[in-house]
Amino acid sequence: MIEWLSKPWPWYIAGPLIGLMVPALLLLGNKTFGISSSLRHICAACLPAKIPFFKYDWKKEIWNLFFVAGIVFGAVMVTLFFQNPEPVQVNAKLVTELQEYGIYNYNGLVPSELFNWNSLLSAKGLIMIVGGGFLVGFGTRYGGGCTSGHAIMGLSNLQLPSLIATISFMAGGFLVANFILPLILKL
Amino acid sequence: MQTKEVTEEKKHHQFLTENTDFEVRSLDAVCYNESELKHPWWFNLKYLAAGVFFGIILIKSEVISWFRIQEMFRLQSFHMFGVIGSAVAVGMLSVFLIKKYKAKTIYGEPVEFVNKKFNKGNIYGGLLFGFGWAITGACPGPLFAQIGTGALVITVTLLSAIAGTWVYGKFRDWLPH
Repeated sequence: MIEWLSKPWPWYIAGPLIGLMVPALLLLGNKTFGISSSLRHICAACLPAKIPFFKYDWKKEIWNLFFVAGIVFGAVMVTLFFQNPEPVQVNAKLVTELQEYGIYNYNGLVPSELFNWNSLLSAKGLIMIVGGGFLVGFGTRYGGGCTSGHAIMGLSNLQLPSLIATISFMAGGFLVANFILPLILKL
Repeated sequence: MQTKEVTEEKKHHQFLTENTDFEVRSLDAVCYNESELKHPWWFNLKYLAAGVFFGIILIKSEVISWFRIQEMFRLQSFHMFGVIGSAVAVGMLSVFLIKKYKAKTIYGEPVEFVNKKFNKGNIYGGLLFGFGWAITGACPGPLFAQIGTGALVITVTLLSAIAGTWVYGKFRDWLPH
């Protein structure tokens, strides 16, 4: 059991389980699956600064903060009890490409060569950690949702705006991963 | 009995539409479904449990691995598309069944769906989020999960994402929607 749990799960197990989050949250209390709104609730709770966008009763949405706290706990549990001891197996072409940028460590979820405290002092690290994070927070709110809210919940409910948003962020990702990120990694 | 249920449903829908926060929030994908029931705080622990479950799947399926995201955007692996595709399929089927059988929540309230309205932000914001996703290898959920695995430097990414959300809120009226 532990051995099976420790292995990475194939898409046809993980995907349907993620899909089940949609009815689970709806039936538990009429909650629509979505995570990026938690960032907004944190703003509303900590620094509303009289901005209308953050002036609402965030306590009514507190379930969302419990949900993201759960994600952190879940991640801690996996790391402590059934972590995959093997490095992630990816396409050989990607391995070759990343070698050029000095990325060899596949043990973590993020390459430790790029995402570490010291790299915050370099231009590359700043762009990736601070700049990338900013784009995620700004973009998801501007776009009205993220992968969970738009791609999974929105498409499940056949929402055209969600399809448009999903196409947009997939397109944005394709552009940057293939054309811009290589330039950043060369810094 | 039947008519009583109908009036209650109507009342509930009225409650949802007259909710003052609704207008402010309707532009977003935030949850607008609100329960009229007043519950003590620990009722929220069920969402904590749901989050734990979701966090475990995110890690075990490697969908929050920076490397997997790079593979996906380079079309070098089917994995991510399989996960998202099958998640959407199961989600669609669930929503269809919930609507068809008018399923109720565990507290007996009708499940409500609110349609999203298109605005240009879906495109511009979506593109910007895509840029960030390719760079950080994470959407908001995975940021929390990556921190949980001990990649503590990702707290900086998360704080930056919160700052990004704040800046959007601040300058929202000046942006095309």
